Amino acid sequence: MGTFVLRRLFQLVIVLWGGATILFILFYMVGGNPAERMASGGGERNPNPQVVRNLEVRYGLDKPKPQQYVAHMSRIARGDFGESFRTREPVVDIAKRRAPTSFRLAFWAVIIEGTMGIGSGMLSARRRNSLADVVTTIAAVVASAIPVFVLGFMIKQLTGVYAYQNDWPAWARFPTIGLGDNDWIFWVIPTGNTWKYVVQPAFVLAAVSTAILARITRTSMLETMRMDHVRTARAKGLSEKQVTRKHVLRNALIPVVTILGIDFGTMVGAAILTETVFNIQGLGSQIVASAKDLDMPVVIGLTMLVTLVYGTMSLLVDLSYAYLNPRVRLGDD
Amino acid sequence: MARPLLEVSDLNVEFRTDDGPVQAVRGVDFSVDAGQVLAIVGESGSGKSVTAMSILQLLPPSASISGEVMWKGENLLEVKEPRIREVRGGEISMIFQDPLTALNPVYKVGDQIVEMIQAHGRVSRRDARDRAIEMLDLVGIPQPAKRVDQYTHEFSGGMRQRAMIAMALSCDPQLIIADEPTTALDVTVQAQVLELLTDLADRLDTAVVLITHDLGVVAGMADRVTVMYAGRMVEAGSTDDVFDGTGHPYTHGLLMSLPRLDSDVGAPLMPIGGQPPSMLSPPPGCSFHPRCPFAREDLGCMTEVPATLERSPGHVSACHRADELMADGALDHRRLVGAGRQAADTDTVSVTDDGSAPGTGTEGGGLER
Ligand SMILES: Nc1ncnc2c1ncn2[C@@H]1O[C@H](COP(=O)(O)OP(=O)(O)O)[C@@H](O)[C@H]1O
Ligand code: SF4
Ligand SMILES: [Mg+2]
Repeated sequence: MGTFVLRRLFQLVIVLWGGATILFILFYMVGGNPAERMASGGGERNPNPQVVRNLEVRYGLDKPKPQQYVAHMSRIARGDFGESFRTREPVVDIAKRRAPTSFRLAFWAVIIEGTMGIGSGMLSARRRNSLADVVTTIAAVVASAIPVFVLGFMIKQLTGVYAYQNDWPAWARFPTIGLGDNDWIFWVIPTGNTWKYVVQPAFVLAAVSTAILARITRTSMLETMRMDHVRTARAKGLSEKQVTRKHVLRNALIPVVTILGIDFGTMVGAAILTETVFNIQGLGSQIVASAKDLDMPVVIGLTMLVTLVYGTMSLLVDLSYAYLNPRVRLGDD
Repeated sequence: MARPLLEVSDLNVEFRTDDGPVQAVRGVDFSVDAGQVLAIVGESGSGKSVTAMSILQLLPPSASISGEVMWKGENLLEVKEPRIREVRGGEISMIFQDPLTALNPVYKVGDQIVEMIQAHGRVSRRDARDRAIEMLDLVGIPQPAKRVDQYTHEFSGGMRQRAMIAMALSCDPQLIIADEPTTALDVTVQAQVLELLTDLADRLDTAVVLITHDLGVVAGMADRVTVMYAGRMVEAGSTDDVFDGTGHPYTHGLLMSLPRLDSDVGAPLMPIGGQPPSMLSPPPGCSFHPRCPFAREDLGCMTEVPATLERSPGHVSACHRADELMADGALDHRRLVGAGRQAADTDTVSVTDDGSAPGTGTEGGGLER
């Protein structure tokens, strides 16, 4: 297992480096002069040539591109991700500011996805073709069909605007901007009224994956319920509860757990729509904004962070998969 | 005489399906005495597994079951939850066809045995584990203390089925139902595993219902044989009666299709022609008539369900022509193969001569091959 982990970590480093290189080449191809953009305040005024020149020297933008590439990569290798072309804030500081927000949002989205997706999937599998099954099926289709933007704006409008206008009780009114300023315990547990900030964006972010997970859970349970070993468990004299818990759920949830892990990895960096709707200062929206500004160090630095999270999650998923499913031998692939 | 250990009477099982009702079992009777081995034989699809599963209420809700399964004075078809769980594994154990899928791949083999032991008594984990090791040792698994902590994929097919047998015996059941326990195994280990099962059952005085499609494995092992075809019992009796005084053309067909190791070196196998019928719409009359070389319309083969009649004490069969065919020796599989074929041919000719049964039964090959 040790060699498996080492090999995967090595692969991850290659992926990070390759991703950064591709981004660098893209910025190079898109062209534009970042120094000019900086000096123009993002295109608002005509840049002063002297200021542009100074900036070019300061950031090494006057050097040939390959030299810039080598310089940037070797700084990254030393842990220095440079600073924003636009605000001059160090990329590491931006990451420190943005990452916790993204983590918290993704964490709660995955909690919602896990509980609601697995719960309703189990329910509809155990009561196949019942009203509950039909309702969850329809809800799942609707949830995955509504665009995130639409769902987000509707919820925001309802609980954040309409609720206030119509004097709904306090518990039914929700703040709709950001994730609040209160402290978090263990990084992810909200204090005070912060949960009110988290619940709606987390729900919106989780909606599509929850619907998909519910379907997968249902299918996986139904498949497992038909398996021979479940019949054996029953023939052994186990109670229906033991059969479900130890021999159906345990086997059926193996693929579900892996999906949850991968979803977390994705949500950390790709919650752009949700972050936009709820004005949340997360990693995804920062990457998009910086890309528009051709702010190369920020884009490369944050993209590498997001890739690192995803890569780590998928490694953890593979490890847990091997743990949950003894037939899988790590390193065979 | 004491009552039999298990007595199944007039068992009927029907499945509701999208294509209509499937009559998987139609009026089956059999009984097993303590310590006895009963074989239930028939081609695939004849209702053997469904019969076995109905005994322990293991069929899906789409099955409607009627009849009686008497066990220790109770009808197992009617007992409720906690009691049926006591019976399952505690008094009657099952062994299934494919040990790879019948065991859960995500738990250690030993843990699955422990789970069963603990379901049937207040036993500490450690004691249950010791018992599991003891059982693995009993069924001839080498290094049981190590094997107990391995997963099914680390076992070979034969070893897996041995582990299943160990599990099945772990709570001292009085009856084991083994549903084609060797069908999924490599031929080289089939005999070993079967011998182990009957050996242990004999030593532990456990009765066995051995389900198989291979009449050949039955000969040395079973005390009694029940032959099933298309959900019905067509013949039942002591193993000697069924082999040596065969009372049904289907049984005869099964016997003729066995590899003949005793005499007649090189004699060809003679499989029964055609396929078993779909249980959605089984043939009227004798279900076997489309494949039976002896079928005669004038004797009711196509229209009347043959009654199950006693041919000798304790030996029954359900065939309109059983007495006549038995008297002629037409059902004696030990007769020279050539003679057997001749008998069948003659018979076919006589049917056609009657002009009463154009195109009956002999189509599709039968014994004419
Ligand atoms: N759950 C089920 N639903 C519908 N039909 C079934 C079901 N289980 C078995 N059958 C049908 O019942 C018949 C007998 O099956 P089975 O007892 O498994 O045969 P055997 O074990 O003798 O090969 C078959 O025709 C099979 O298709
Ligand atoms: S002779 Fe008639 S009753 Fe007897 S097995 Fe053949 S078809 Fe059935
Ligand atoms: Mg079967």
